[in-house]
Amino acid sequence: MSAQTPNTGPGIRHEFRVLLVDLSTRRTHIVLLPGRETYLGGSGLAAMLFEKYGDPAAPWNDPAQPLIFAIGPLTGYYPLMSKTVCGFLSPYHGQYAESHAGGRGALALRFADMDALVITGRASVPCVLSIGNRHMEIKDAPFLWGKDVFTTGKMIRHMLSGSGHRSIWRIGPAGENGCAYACINVDTYRHFGRLGSGAVMGAKNLKAIAITGDASFPMPAGSEAYAKDFQEVFKLVTETSMMSKYHDLGTAGNVAALNELKSLPWRNLQATTDAGIDGISGEKFAKDMLLRNTACSGCPVGCIHIGYLREKFMADNRYLYRQVAYDYEPIFSLGSMLGMTDGFGVLGLMDAVEREGLDCMSGGVALAWATEALEKGVITEAETLTPLKFGEAAGYKAAIRHLGAGSNEFYQRLAQGTLKAAAHYGGADYACVLGQEMAGYATGETFFVSETLSFRHSHLDSSAYSADQKQQDKDAPKIVAGFVKDEASRCVLTSMVGCLFARGVYTPERLGMALSSLGYKGVAENLDAAGEAIQKLRWRLRMRSGYAPMNATIPKRYSEVVTWKGGIDTVYMEELRKTYAAKLMELGREE
Amino acid sequence: MKTLIAARMDRCIGCQSCSLACARLVHKRLSWYTAGIRIGSSGGISTGFEARVCLACDPPPCAAACPTGSLTPRKSDGGVKQDRSLCIRCGRCVKACPVEAIVQDEAGSPYVCIHCGRCVAFCPHDCLELGEKNGARVGQEVPE
Repeated sequence: MSAQTPNTGPGIRHEFRVLLVDLSTRRTHIVLLPGRETYLGGSGLAAMLFEKYGDPAAPWNDPAQPLIFAIGPLTGYYPLMSKTVCGFLSPYHGQYAESHAGGRGALALRFADMDALVITGRASVPCVLSIGNRHMEIKDAPFLWGKDVFTTGKMIRHMLSGSGHRSIWRIGPAGENGCAYACINVDTYRHFGRLGSGAVMGAKNLKAIAITGDASFPMPAGSEAYAKDFQEVFKLVTETSMMSKYHDLGTAGNVAALNELKSLPWRNLQATTDAGIDGISGEKFAKDMLLRNTACSGCPVGCIHIGYLREKFMADNRYLYRQVAYDYEPIFSLGSMLGMTDGFGVLGLMDAVEREGLDCMSGGVALAWATEALEKGVITEAETLTPLKFGEAAGYKAAIRHLGAGSNEFYQRLAQGTLKAAAHYGGADYACVLGQEMAGYATGETFFVSETLSFRHSHLDSSAYSADQKQQDKDAPKIVAGFVKDEASRCVLTSMVGCLFARGVYTPERLGMALSSLGYKGVAENLDAAGEAIQKLRWRLRMRSGYAPMNATIPKRYSEVVTWKGGIDTVYMEELRKTYAAKLMELGREE
Repeated sequence: MKTLIAARMDRCIGCQSCSLACARLVHKRLSWYTAGIRIGSSGGISTGFEARVCLACDPPPCAAACPTGSLTPRKSDGGVKQDRSLCIRCGRCVKACPVEAIVQDEAGSPYVCIHCGRCVAFCPHDCLELGEKNGARVGQEVPE
């Protein structure tokens, strides 16, 4: 099968060009769908495609369910428009979910001339999907099943041509074994991390997707305006201080700052600050472990920080070295949350998690719960198969392998989510779950409620963790109105699809300008309304697939947290939770 | 004549800004491929990046192979000038290049660096330089 409009294609397209892949029949098809002004791309396009091809009432692993990847109208055209949105029915909660990844994937899709890729069906044997502007192939690859993420990536590089301008997405054992928080690894250092898209690939018998970006497009009409607008954005991101924190210490720069604010979760959130911070701060990583930076394609910021890990594996000075990407979240989840105060030890755990293809945040937080549960006698080593003790890396490394493999009933339960395991063994009070295993912000009531209820259960759904770090009125309706407004504006950016780090650069005015100079005037004029419509559509899909926000509660551990502001105001937190849940019911109401 | 030199590729983060700039500003394309400079990983991105770009051979074998005069040697210091109106898309320049610095698009048009230096300003890590052929700073600077 080949594309109808290869590299002479328009690039700028008002309809969506979508590749449909049915793994059951091994048939592929390209469709052109209307709706650019309403659904934009990215988040909006993924939701539109799920409504068209998905069944919110059927289980997540029904072969007919789609796994959707979508880019936006600005992908490849402007700096930091470098993300892909994955839309899927999550194995974690059985409901419609989104996960976002960087790497080369977004530009590879752009230059494969696809706005979206929709994968349905289930292959009869494990396979690899290889696509580009001029080719399309489903290759049997049973020999890759069971292979870790890095080995898989290396083997695919040899199996398929197109090195240089392609993106390789793959799963590890966790995705094959149905772990509800298995990720899809993108180009070694980035991920569709949260809510289990890796298990969806596994359920489809799809080990990897390789996308080659081999098309090239003519400039839009009036390309001088585009080149000028590009230059303005490029200057902002490279010559001003707007993005410098992201390439300097990177997100890891927040580790010491949040510890200082008594907001960094330590040892399964039994503390929010610890004197051992100096061993895992962003400063420590930069000074002793940072090997180099790398970037997502199309982003000159280069926020990806690669750490260097040297390990003696045998006597007589036999060493090996590894390169491990680090960020704030994995330092929290596999560092402070596990009581680790040695940065090199944390890098070792990150490497282990990468190999298994686990979401590092859920994996680390789940093991933090298991450690406390073991301490309290709720479970024993008969379950954990290895000693788990805060601060001791060896046990965690073994446990990470068990979690990926689903070695016994305990790990199989834990791989479905901490609360699922706690429902069986006990210990739900100290399960650090806010919708999913928490992000690393023990900042207070606003964040706890936001992450518990918000669409992606992500710290990136709103600026709640930032709001918590300042004095604010305890005005629940006002805070909730802020959540809703914030989400709608983020829906616009994640439909373009821009990196959320660039939200200060891509103001509504600048997005309008960027779209207009490419010829998307109608889209530019409809951005606010489209953002709100996409927000509502996502909530409708979520509700149709079973979300009941009123039932989403916050575990007891969060009422015991002490931050820089003191103890948690549980009465206010409950008021905020109920107010936000009621608002979400309204947003998700069928029209 | 000034020559584009990918002098400090060990600093490259693989952002593709140079390729995209060349395609956008020189060739009026949106592409990371049909450009005079192209960035690829040297065997998976855990091993760093390399640039495929004209090394300014003197005399240039691509110009010698060109049957129409579309590619001709620059006045001095190697490299070529390109006149697209003369090109018959035969691809002999691509085969003649010893370092795979020339690519053809699907219609057969070749893309080669013309040493204009417009990509240089788009590199956030100062990997690229437009200068005298043997005068590039290849050493590392002392950080601030």
